[in-house]
Formats: sequence, C-alpha cells, structure tokens
Amino acid sequence: MKMKLNLFSFLFTFTILSSHVLSISDLILTKVDRRIDLSTQIVRTTTTLKVENAGSDIVSEILLSFPENHAIHLAYLSATLNEGRGKAKPSSGVSLPYDEVVSPKDFPNSLKVYSVTLPKGLGKGDSLTLDVLAVFTHILQPFPEKITQADIQLLLFQESAHYLTPYPVKVQSLTVKLPDARIESYSKLENTKLQGSELKYGPYQNIPPFAYLPMVIHFENNQPFAVAKELVREIEISHWGNVQITEHYNLVHGGAESKGEFSRLDYQARPYVRGASAFRRLVAKLPPRAHSVYYRDEIGNISTSNLWGDSKKTQLEIEPRYPIFGGWKIAFTIGYGLPLQDFLFGIDGKRFLNISFGSPINELVIDTLIVKVVLPEGSKDISPSVPFPVKQRHETKFSHLDIAGRPVVVLEKNNAVPEHNEHFQVYYKFNRLSMLREPLMLIFGFFFLFVASIVYMHADLSISKTSASYLAKIQWEEVQATIHQVHTIISRCLTTHDKLEASLRDLSRTGDIQACKATRKSVDSSLKELTKELKSPVTFLQSSPQATQILPKVEEVIAKERDLQERLMAKHSTVVDCYEKKLGGREIENRVASHQQKITALRQEIDDLMDLIDEI
Amino acid sequence: MAATDAQTSLRHAFGNVLAFFILILIGVLAFSIRLFSVIKYESVIHEFDPYFNYRVTQFLTKNGIYDFWNWFDDRTWYPLGRVIGGTVYPGLTLTAGTLWWILNSLNIPLSVETVCVFTAPIFSAFASWATYLLTKEVKGPGAGLTAAVLLAMVPSYISRSVAGSYDNEAVAIFALIFTFYLYIKTLNTGSLFYATLNSIAYFYMVCSWGGYTFIINLIPMHALLCIVTGRYSSRLYIAYAPLIVLGTLLAALVPVVGFNAVMTSEHFASFLVFILIHVVALVYYIKGILSPKMFKVAVALVVSGGLAVCFAMIAVLVAMVASSPTMGWSGRSLSLLDPTYASKYIPIIASVSEHQPPTWPSYFMDINVLAFLVPAGIIACFSPLSDASSFVILYIVTSVYFSGVMVRLMLVLAPAACILSGIALSQAFDVFTRSIKLQLPSLSIDSPVDAGDGSSESVVPDDTVKTDKTEDTQKERTSKKSRSRKSSSESVEKPSSKSQIKKRLSVLPLETSIIAIVLLVLLGAFYVVHSVWAAAEAYSAPSIVLTSHSHDGLHVFDDFREAYAWLSHNTEVDDKVASWWDYGYQTTAMANRTVIVDNNTWNNTHIATVGTAMSSPEKAAWEIFHSLDVKYVLVVFGGLVGYPSDDINKFLWMVRIGGGVFPHIKEPDYLRDGQYRIDNMATPTMLNCLIFVETDGKAFDRVRRTEIGKKHFKLTHFEEVFTTHHWMVRIYKLKPPKNRIRGKTKKSKSKANPKTVSKRKELKRNPF
Repeated sequence: MKMKLNLFSFLFTFTILSSHVLSISDLILTKVDRRIDLSTQIVRTTTTLKVENAGSDIVSEILLSFPENHAIHLAYLSATLNEGRGKAKPSSGVSLPYDEVVSPKDFPNSLKVYSVTLPKGLGKGDSLTLDVLAVFTHILQPFPEKITQADIQLLLFQESAHYLTPYPVKVQSLTVKLPDARIESYSKLENTKLQGSELKYGPYQNIPPFAYLPMVIHFENNQPFAVAKELVREIEISHWGNVQITEHYNLVHGGAESKGEFSRLDYQARPYVRGASAFRRLVAKLPPRAHSVYYRDEIGNISTSNLWGDSKKTQLEIEPRYPIFGGWKIAFTIGYGLPLQDFLFGIDGKRFLNISFGSPINELVIDTLIVKVVLPEGSKDISPSVPFPVKQRHETKFSHLDIAGRPVVVLEKNNAVPEHNEHFQVYYKFNRLSMLREPLMLIFGFFFLFVASIVYMHADLSISKTSASYLAKIQWEEVQATIHQVHTIISRCLTTHDKLEASLRDLSRTGDIQACKATRKSVDSSLKELTKELKSPVTFLQSSPQATQILPKVEEVIAKERDLQERLMAKHSTVVDCYEKKLGGREIENRVASHQQKITALRQEIDDLMDLIDEI
Repeated sequence: MAATDAQTSLRHAFGNVLAFFILILIGVLAFSIRLFSVIKYESVIHEFDPYFNYRVTQFLTKNGIYDFWNWFDDRTWYPLGRVIGGTVYPGLTLTAGTLWWILNSLNIPLSVETVCVFTAPIFSAFASWATYLLTKEVKGPGAGLTAAVLLAMVPSYISRSVAGSYDNEAVAIFALIFTFYLYIKTLNTGSLFYATLNSIAYFYMVCSWGGYTFIINLIPMHALLCIVTGRYSSRLYIAYAPLIVLGTLLAALVPVVGFNAVMTSEHFASFLVFILIHVVALVYYIKGILSPKMFKVAVALVVSGGLAVCFAMIAVLVAMVASSPTMGWSGRSLSLLDPTYASKYIPIIASVSEHQPPTWPSYFMDINVLAFLVPAGIIACFSPLSDASSFVILYIVTSVYFSGVMVRLMLVLAPAACILSGIALSQAFDVFTRSIKLQLPSLSIDSPVDAGDGSSESVVPDDTVKTDKTEDTQKERTSKKSRSRKSSSESVEKPSSKSQIKKRLSVLPLETSIIAIVLLVLLGAFYVVHSVWAAAEAYSAPSIVLTSHSHDGLHVFDDFREAYAWLSHNTEVDDKVASWWDYGYQTTAMANRTVIVDNNTWNNTHIATVGTAMSSPEKAAWEIFHSLDVKYVLVVFGGLVGYPSDDINKFLWMVRIGGGVFPHIKEPDYLRDGQYRIDNMATPTMLNCLIFVETDGKAFDRVRRTEIGKKHFKLTHFEEVFTTHHWMVRIYKLKPPKNRIRGKTKKSKSKANPKTVSKRKELKRNPF
C-alpha cells in the first residue's frame, strides 16, 4: 500500500514523512486499555495508550503494530491525543498524522507498523495519552461457513489477549463487547471474566514487547452483514440549484452462506428463527432537505421503502426485493437531490463542494467505493481534497446538451467503513455565464428551426427557373387559374339564368308582367357583361399552348351557354307574350315545351362539362 | 373583389393556424392520456411481449444493426436457440433504437428503457395526426379533426399504447393509418410521388407488424370494388400498381417476411387484382383508340381467348395453394377466415386470450359510443360515395368482421370506427350549426362566411325550395358527382353554388338543432369520460406489478420482479430456467437467464415438452427437465393473493398442448366428471402432477375458492429455493441425481411428522 498523505488539519501543519530508519525509542506504555466491539460486522478496536518517555531522547513518533492478517483488513486508523484528564470523546481530539513504515529489522516478521507523529516531541519523563481507533472489516469468520435457513450464524474472532506493541506495557486490559446473544465458546485465559455480553481479559501487568497471547471467541451474531462489493456514488452539481446524488449498490450478505432449501413458509411463520441471519431492511441517513428520493434497480422501481425526515436528517428505510440470506446478492440504486446552497461554497474566486464521502447506509462495509463528482461543463482548475488517501483520476461525462463534456473527478477507495463518512472538498472555478449556454442553445436551435421553416414556406425551391418543365408548370397554373375564372363566370351566368326562371315563376303566381320584363332587362344586361368578361380568359386560353386539350371543352361550354341563353330568352319572351295575350296555362306550356326540352338538355350538358372542367 | 380575396385568404390562414394548433393539442392529448401508467405505477415496460422487444432494443443499441440482423439468441428455446434477426418484425425495435440513437447523439442521456416506454405514446400522437390526414382526404378537415380527437383517446388503441406498452401494435397502427392515408391521397391526386411514399409507408408497416396482411388484402379489395363499380381511373392505377410492385419488393427485404411476400396465400389477392387492373387498364386504353364497333369485335375476341388463359392460371394457382399443407395460409390468418380453426387444430393459438372472439361488452368497452356513431358515418360516406369514402366503408366492414373473430383485431377496428364517427359527428355538427346559423339572421349578416358567398344566396329568395322536381334531382345528381370528384382539399373549401343550394334545403328547425347539438356534446363528453377512465383504470396496469385496494390501503404485489431479481443475482449466468411459456420473455429480459420456451411459441413440440413435464408426476418431470439441462423451475401460484392468471388456471392448456404431441397426457385424466377441480375431489393424476405439487403451498386457494386437495407432502426431486413475498412465484431447483434415494426415505418419514401439521395451522393465522 503506497500511501500519500492528504491530511487536512487546522492546528498542525501538513507533514509528509518519508520512510526512514526507525529506532525503538525508550517509550513505556504505562497503561493500555483496549475495547473491542464485536456487536456488528465491523470490528472497532479502541485503544487508550498512556505513553511515557523513559529514555533521554526526545521522541516525536509512536509506533503502532498490527499482525499482518489483521492489517490487511484494516479499514481505518486514527490516533488522537487525549489531553483532558477526564474521558474525552475521541472525536474531540484532533487525529494525528500517521504513516505506514517499513518494519525495522529487529521487529518480528508479519507485522505491519504504523508510526504516529506527535505534534511536539515527548521529552524525558513526559507522558501523554493517545486514543487509537482501528476499524477492521471481514475479520469475523463465520463458522460453520454454510448454514441452513434454520441455523443461527456463528462467528469466530481471533485476537491476542496481550496488546501487540513494540514497547513494554506495564498494565493492560482488554474488553470485548459481544452482541446480546449466545456465546458458543471463548478462550479461558487467566483473569477472564464474562459479564453479561462483555468479556474481560486482564488486567495483565509488565508484559514485554511483542507479546502475543492468542484467544478465540466463537459467538452468535445475527446482525446484517451487508457488504457492498462495489458502490459507485455519482455526485452531479447543477448550478441551477441542485446536487444530484446517485448511488449504485452491489450488495452481498457477507456472513455464513446459506445452503439447502429456502422455505418461505417457515420464513414467514417465524422470521426471527428461520432466517435469523438474513437481513430484510437497510437504513440510510440522508442529509437534511433531501428531495426526489428514489430507490430502484435495473428492472424498475422497488416499492418497499419508507422515507421520513426532519430538519436534521432524512431517514430512508429500504427493503431489498427479497430478504438477503448468507451469500445472496442484490443490486439497486438510490438517488436523491440536495439543495445546492447546503453543499457548495465559494472561497476567494473558487467554488468548492463540501460533501460526505461514504455511503449513507448504516454499518455498511464497502469493498470498493468509487465517488464520482460531476462538475458543470466549463469548470476549470479542479482539485479535490480528501482527508484520507484515495486513488484519483479524471473522466469526462456527456449529459444534457453538452459539447465539451463535464469534467468528472473520480475518487476510489478500497475497504471503506462508516468512519470514512467524512466531508471532502472539490475546488474548482466556474463562470456563472456558462450556465446560460444550454438554454441559449435551445432557444437558438428552435429559432433557427422556425426561421428555416418560414424560409422554406416562402422560398421557391425549384432547381431551375428556366427549365421547360418549370415553365410548363407555371403556364399550367395560369391556365388552371383562367379555367377557374371561366368556370366562375359561367356559373354566374347560370345563376342569372336561374333568376330568369324565377321571374317566370313569379309571373305565373302574381301575373306582374312589368316586373318580369324588368328582370329580363337586367338579366340581359348582366349576361352581356358576363359575356364581355369571358372574352379575355378565352383569348388567353386560345393563345396558350398548354390549354389546347381543354380549349375545345371550354369553347363548347361557352357555345352551349350562349345557346342556352338564347333559348331562355326566347322562352321568356314567349311566356311573357302569352301572358300579355292572356293565353291559358296549357297553351303556354305547349308553346314553351320545345324550348323547355332543349333548355333542360342544354343545362345538363353544361353541368356535365362544367364538372369536367372543374376537375382539371 | 381584392378586399374579399384578402379577407378570405386571411380567414384561410387563420383557419390553418387554428387547425395546426388543434392538431398539436390533439398530439399532446394522445401522448398525455397514455401517461397514467407512469404516474400511477412507474415508468416500466409492461406485460410479456414488450419485454422481448425491450431486450431486442437493448441488444440493438449495444451491438449495432449488423449484429442485430445476425443475432442468434442462445438465451431462449434452449437447446434450440432462436434466430432473432430473422424472426422478428424489426420496425418497432429499429424505431426506438433510432430514437435513442438520435437523443444520445444530441447528448440527451435517456436510457433505452425510457425511450421504449415512451415510444408508444409518441406514436399514438403520430397516429392521430395520420387519422386527421386520412379523414381530411375523405371528408374534409372538419371531419379530420374530429376523427383525430376520437382516435387520440379511443380505449381500444389506448389499451395497446399506454406508456410502457412497448409492442408492435404501438407503431403499427400509425403505420396502418398512414399507409391508408397515402393510398387515398394517391387515389385523389394521382401523384406518383404519393404512390412511392405509400409503398415506403407500407414497407414500414411490414417491418412493424404481421397485420400488414390486412393492408395488402384491403387495398386490393378496394381496387376491385372500384373496378367492379366502374370507377376505374388512371388515379386508381397509379395508387394501386406501384404499391403492389414496390411494396412487395420492399416487403421481401424484411427478413421475417422474405419470400412469404410472394409465396403465401395472404398476398395472392393483391396479385390477382394487379393482373385484373392491368386487363382493365388495357381495355380502357383500347376503348379509347378504337371505335365502338371495333371495340365490340375486339371484346368478343379477347374474352373468348382470355377466359381460357384465365382458367388455366386459376387452375395453376389453386393447385399451388392446395399443394401446401395449410393451403398456404398461416395459422393465425386461417383462424381469421375460419374462426373455429384454431381451437380445432392449434391449441397454442387458441390458448392466448387475445386470440379469442370478443364479447359484446368488450365492444362497448373498447370503442364505446363510436359503435353508435359508425352507422351514421357509413351513411355520411354514401352521400356522396367517392373512391375515398368507399374505401373507408370497406375498411370498417372488414375490420368489424375481423374484430369479431379475434379480440386483438379490435385494434384495427378502432381507427376505422374513429374515422367514421369523426365523419358522422362533423357532418351532424355541420348540419345543425348551419341550420342554426341560417335561422339566426343577425348572425348570418355578421358572419363573413355568408357575406363572402352571399352574393348568390341573398339574391336567391327561398323559392329555391319550390324548385321543380326534375331540376332538383338533376342538381342532386350533379352535385353528387361534383362532390365526389371534389377530392382535393382546395375544392372542398369552396363548394359550388349548387351544393350551397342543396345545403340550404336541409335546414332543420332551430330548437331541434340546438337540442341535437347539446345531445351530441353530451355523447362526446361521455366518450371522453369513458376513455379517460379506461386509460386510468382499465389499461394502465403494467401487469408485472399488481395492486389491490383494501380497507387498510394500497397493497403492491411486486412478486414477479422479486423472483426475477433473485434469479438474476443469485443463480449462475448459464443456468436454465423452465417455466410455462408466458414467462419466457420476462425471464430472459429481467432475470437474464436461459429459458426453455418463451412467448414466441414457434416450436410447438418444445412447448409441449414443457407442458408434459408440468403435468407429469414428480419423477417423470424431473427426468424431462433434467434431459433439458434445466436447473430451476419457475411456477406461478396466485392462490394466496387471489391472482387468477396463474399456472393452475393455465394448467389445462399445458395438458392440451402437451397432449397434442405426447399422447400419454390425456385431458380427461385431469378432469373429474368433466370439471376442472383441485380440491380433494380432484383426480389422482391431477394431484400428483408437478405443477400442482409445486404451486401448492397453502390450504386454501383464494382464486378458486376451494380447499386444496392434497396438502402435506415433501418433494423428493425438487427443492424450493425461493418463494416470493406473496407466494406468487415459486422457484424450485432440481436436486442432483444422487440425492434421489435419500429423498425417498425422507418422504416417508415426513408423512408421519406432526410438526408439519402444526406449521400449516400456524400459517393460517398469518396475515399475509
């Protein structure tokens, strides 16, 4: 493990220690108090060391050693100076910088050694108290490794009853906190006491350096052994006011594997006996004012979740699609939005995001944690700052309407535990005007679309204005327009004819000859006008080569219409004459009959022709 | 004159803009009414077939089009596999894939699933616009708009195109209507441009849905009708011939159709009419160049010679058709012609509920008030009868028949019903509003409509009413003709003075008109209410998530996905899962596990094998499944929560399909006195068969309201590895062979074990 320290501290300067030759200084641990918490899958060892410098040199660092089989599972280590006399909380102190060092030659093999740098050297005879918190994952071994649904989950924990240290220890004791459940067996050494769920070893006195006294505890633990094989947290910043967090979990039950059959009947009848080691639900503590929370997997929404919140936190309780027995896996995604102003701050021209690193789910072990911070497009001078060592790389992500892509800072951490839920920062520069780019792009996009459609609607897009077909088309359109004109004129003629007929009917009803004559006159004049109007279109049609086909029909219509006109006039005058002569109805009919027949026939022919013309 | 011209053109422009906005709103309506499923449930793919389409789309977007055509899917029909590229209608997949690709190249990161979910609503908006265009060609823009509104929310179409219903029909209905529109457009304009577009639209339809055979039979029928009724014209030729030639060539490009486009009987009608239309065209041509006398001689010559040739050809055709076993028709098409065909010969087609004939209430459910409006629409289409309106009439008549055969084809009826109802409604409104307008003199003076063409009207007094009869009939005839040829939209907008006069004749009393309008609006409102209800309540359920309302709130049964998620995370990638074919698509798509049979049902024997295994006793079933390399068996049991379409209710189909191939499975063995029962009166064969044993878990079955006949038993060859929360899906694992003997001894022990009994009793009190 190559360690590069990125420790952020307010009081102490930032120190990077290169590995150098260590000499065991003349330190004595006057008192060592160890507490090991085995109540969850994460093993937390809290050690209080009272260190005294018995030598003459000023000592500035203290070595902590762990056996290698534990050290590979070491997820988190912090050492704080306990200055107060009383029991100060570990969090109140400031964690000291530490570094992994090559174990010196005279150390036993298979030891990993970390050196803690003290803020100021420890003079002769001085003493101090150090609180060391070491967090281990995956060191509780299920035994038996495979259990059936009805079995309980038993775990094996191995440790040394003596504190493994390169320094001599005067007084030491060990307390192991076990869950409230059965304890199968434990190593009975001297001074071993079992009080309730607490197992006490010690006190032991005057133990030489590197003392190792193995002890084993075999106990029941049905706590959820939720292990995320991989967790990808994507934190996307939108300067429109939202921080969107998407977390892709790939969970597995890390406890004893389940074997044999799974009976839902048994599980539902007695869930805490049949399936005691299985876990049904997980609780995630989201930041306050989290909104738009969702919980789904690749095949859709998962409906078994609860959300409630107050001003301090939002609590999300999620239930996987099925209870997770040992060795069973599940994958799901949680997403939520957070208000930007809670997490994004500005400092002398730069902006920085300040948000927690780890997963919000309680007591979750994460084998690989990948945090991706997606900054807005156009961010520059990006520098992340994480309080513990992580792997870093940069990516680019294309999202809504991006052109250059959004810069992504990828931080990768192996073996993460809830202790890693510290805030980290990503500093970057971003111009506020870049926010407007995408809306403007949309606006201009639509604007040009509309302009283009207007241009298209109004422009003549024919390829050649002089080509024969184009000219023919234009001519044809003119011809059509003219024919249409002719059509309307003739239909107006026909309407005037109808008036004439109507006047005749009036005549038969009222006998008002004068009115009838007047109508005829007016009709006559209007017909004459219409005939005049017809002239120009007809001459146009005659001149136009495109109209050769239709011209005969048009001429036929006009001729027929004229014929009809004459006939009608004749009929009209006949009828009026008859009325003037006061002839009988039958007589009139006889006289008109021939006209009438022709008129009807003509009218129909004209109508047919008109339809024909209209069709063109 | 210029002023009025400007005024009318402004009015037209205004009307066009109004129509445009109405159309946009119709699109929005069509899209948004289908979002109930997303709002009430979630944005998820629905049902069975959509999952397959979704999976294919995923493959397409991941691997590209060439891999898609060559895709051999080894995850299904194990051990046979399935050639997906060659057996799937690619239209929907390619459409959604293209949409996704466009969006992603614009850097809009929508997932494939989202695109798939919203494909159907988008295309229903397109479909309502296509309906507008089609109806506008038939009866003008008013009818078009009405029909588009009706189609936007017709429940029958909603049932297949709610968000998430990612099925072929979603785009196919659009393609169907659009093809018809282009056909009518070509028929009306005689433009080769539209004819070419028409064959491309037909190609898209062929890509999308097997229902394209409806088009390729309906259009020839219409062409034939036109020829027979003496309506042959060059426009008909242009509309028909290019479509058949280009369309058939293009259709043959689709792998799933291929040579079927010329080989199967479904397409023969089009070729026959193709020949006929050429004969008719030739006859018309000869008639044009010969004198009537010569023509008669020629006819006599040709008819005598031609008949002989015709008979010979028909004989050859009949021989060809008869030589193929199913007469060259596919099973589904045959069951369309003979509704009893499927139930007699192909149980697998009959077993699908959507292939059953519909009941009367389903007509009311699916097309609602349109059923009453359609006859009025047909009458409106007859006056006057044009090429376009005769097409619509033919469309409704054939689709009514087909929908009567198969529930699924109600979908084809829906657009026809909407078009005709749209015509009926718009005509009715036209008549009523005109009557009101003419009888409100103040209105007629104010309105510029009357001022425009009033020059003829206001002069003509109401004596037109008393026009002598001869003239009247003449006018009617001529106006009929003039209107029938008034195909282009332009002429519709300026009806001749004669039709104006005719319109004036059909004036109804004021009160009647007002009341009628109110009633029509009420009818429309009822339709809207029903459609919204149908969209919200009846057709939005995604069917993979079930919900039930009880006194203590909403219960969600998400068991299917629970089981699929379990399978996908906790079994080996190459494990084979056996289930009844209904769940095949979902298992491959959601659990990503190899299945034995799926909803494609292309291999009846394979399905019968699974059916036989399900209906055999445990040991025999184990052997069958083991021979298929099956590791897990998935069964669906609805008895605990009252989910009716579970495997026990499907069981008789398993027996029937299994028995159709393996004669030792006999249906009567599973029936007691011809009744299907699972209580203690059930037959021993029934009580011993695998499906029964595996689905059973509880003493009381809520679906069938009976006590289960056989309760306490222990499986020897299978073990329960997973059961979902509400017991709906149960997954069993085949035990490895060596355990068989030990298991048997256990069985005898467990029978005497009183513990199991107490456990069962406890469960009764279980609130679940």
